[in-house]
Amino acid sequence: MTDQGNPESIKAIPVRHPGRWIATFVIFVLVAMFINMALTNPNFEWGVIGEYLFNNKILEGVWATVWITIVAMLAGILLGVVLSVMRLSPNPLLSNVASGYIWFFRGTPVLVQLIFWFNLAVLVPHISIGIPFGPTFVSWDTNSVITPFVAALLGLGLNEAAYMAEISRAGIQSVDEGQVEASSALGMSRTQTMRRIVLPQAMRVIIPPTGNEVISMLKTTSLVSVVAMPELLYNTQQIYARTYQTIPLLIVASIWYLFLTSLLTIGQFYIERHYGKGSTNTQAPTFFQRLRRNVFRFHDVPPTPPSSTLLDANGGVR
Amino acid sequence: MNTPMVKSEGVHKSFGSLQVLKGIDLEVLRGEVFCLVGPSGSGKSTFLRCINHLEKIDSGRLSVDGELVGYRQHGDKLYELKDRDAAKKRREIGMVFQRFNLFPHMTVMQNIIEAPIRVRGESAAVARVRAERLLERVGLADKANSYPRQLSGGQQQRVAIARALAMEPKLMLFDEPTSALDPELVGEVLDVMRQLAVDGMTMIVVTHEMGFAREVGDSLVFMDDGVVVEKGHPRDVLTNPQHERTKAFLSKVL
Repeated sequence: MTDQGNPESIKAIPVRHPGRWIATFVIFVLVAMFINMALTNPNFEWGVIGEYLFNNKILEGVWATVWITIVAMLAGILLGVVLSVMRLSPNPLLSNVASGYIWFFRGTPVLVQLIFWFNLAVLVPHISIGIPFGPTFVSWDTNSVITPFVAALLGLGLNEAAYMAEISRAGIQSVDEGQVEASSALGMSRTQTMRRIVLPQAMRVIIPPTGNEVISMLKTTSLVSVVAMPELLYNTQQIYARTYQTIPLLIVASIWYLFLTSLLTIGQFYIERHYGKGSTNTQAPTFFQRLRRNVFRFHDVPPTPPSSTLLDANGGVR
Repeated sequence: MNTPMVKSEGVHKSFGSLQVLKGIDLEVLRGEVFCLVGPSGSGKSTFLRCINHLEKIDSGRLSVDGELVGYRQHGDKLYELKDRDAAKKRREIGMVFQRFNLFPHMTVMQNIIEAPIRVRGESAAVARVRAERLLERVGLADKANSYPRQLSGGQQQRVAIARALAMEPKLMLFDEPTSALDPELVGEVLDVMRQLAVDGMTMIVVTHEMGFAREVGDSLVFMDDGVVVEKGHPRDVLTNPQHERTKAFLSKVL
């Protein structure tokens, strides 16, 4: 694009897209039919949904679900990163232990693992601390240690670690080998190189699938209702077991799950944007930036940006 | 202080069954610009990487500033160095790579001050002052807050040189520093290296820039197939090569 003068822009008749119009119309009709059904079908019981949406028991369940998701995910991420570093270690013992862990925890269903942890007392009635094969100092009854919350945490966290280990390994291996060489040549230790140079760059590859894992974890927490952990689904079930309003209460739970996953999606966008630093010239526009630009466009058709730099700064055409 | 900066005796290195270095004997004196030339696959880059222990040698002896690389001698026994001790020795040797290897997630300034702060335990303020001085020296004082990908190849390589110098090394290794650059950007990097040579830095340069070797180099070694074929003053070797292999190579590159 030249900066000399204001060249006249081309006036041409744009290509027509009749297919798009037909598809839009069909989808519009289907959506209208669905909304009509949802509003007129009395079995949805919208009144009941409104009544229970902010019910105390439901809110307690939402809180428990968020809490388990956070703790299990943190445990999974930390253990997962450690496992991936172990797996890539030159020490064959560490690397094999990590592989074995991943093999086992990925190879068995998480529901089975949850029930297993909850019933650990059957296998090991007492948990104690002491010298291996020697005297014990303290001992607990397993059933008092493995509460539903602990069972949920062990089941979800240890399982998640296996998946996070693979995600984090892919991230670490995506970083150019030259980075490690440059860092070593500057005299940085293996740990410093990993922490300061490799992991920050691996983040760009690790974050998107981790976001998916968090969203998936939020929904997987509904499984822990089987170990009587009072989270969102369990509390919902408790209510409809009493009132028989199964469908409206499941919709209440779904609304909360959808709300929480939407929040997570927004959070993921900003984290990805942060770790994209230095890898792209322009940052992806935020939701509000996109909204502002689209509204601006809508009023001012056709949009003719004054220069290509402005276009880039706005995250422009791609 | 008359011990050589680098002394190599019968250094061998293999990757699996492939012998890359087949007994390298040479000495690099203090303050000299030592050029390594030769066809690709001749082992010159591998030798360079052995000097700061990015590669382990299989046999022979290699020492920098009178100390063995990668080992500690006690009596007549050799002990392998711990990772931490090997890292300690590397910090005194600067290295510049063909593909720059700047840290893309850090600004130019952060690239330069990272190792001085983390490895030498300097304060950020001290590291920053030196980094600014170094950036001025390589002509990039205005780029401190840019990210590497916003710079041209030549600018990136000059930042990489500044980053290596920030550790105040006693020896600088250059692994084909201009091979990945557009021809018009080669000059700016060579200028920085020329200035470094004038300032008395000991430099080992693997290069295909025969003009630079002839003008700045104090010694030149021609390597082929893992052995040193010919060594001498650059002017002598380049204008009057003794070996057939050297003649054949130079006729192609000059």
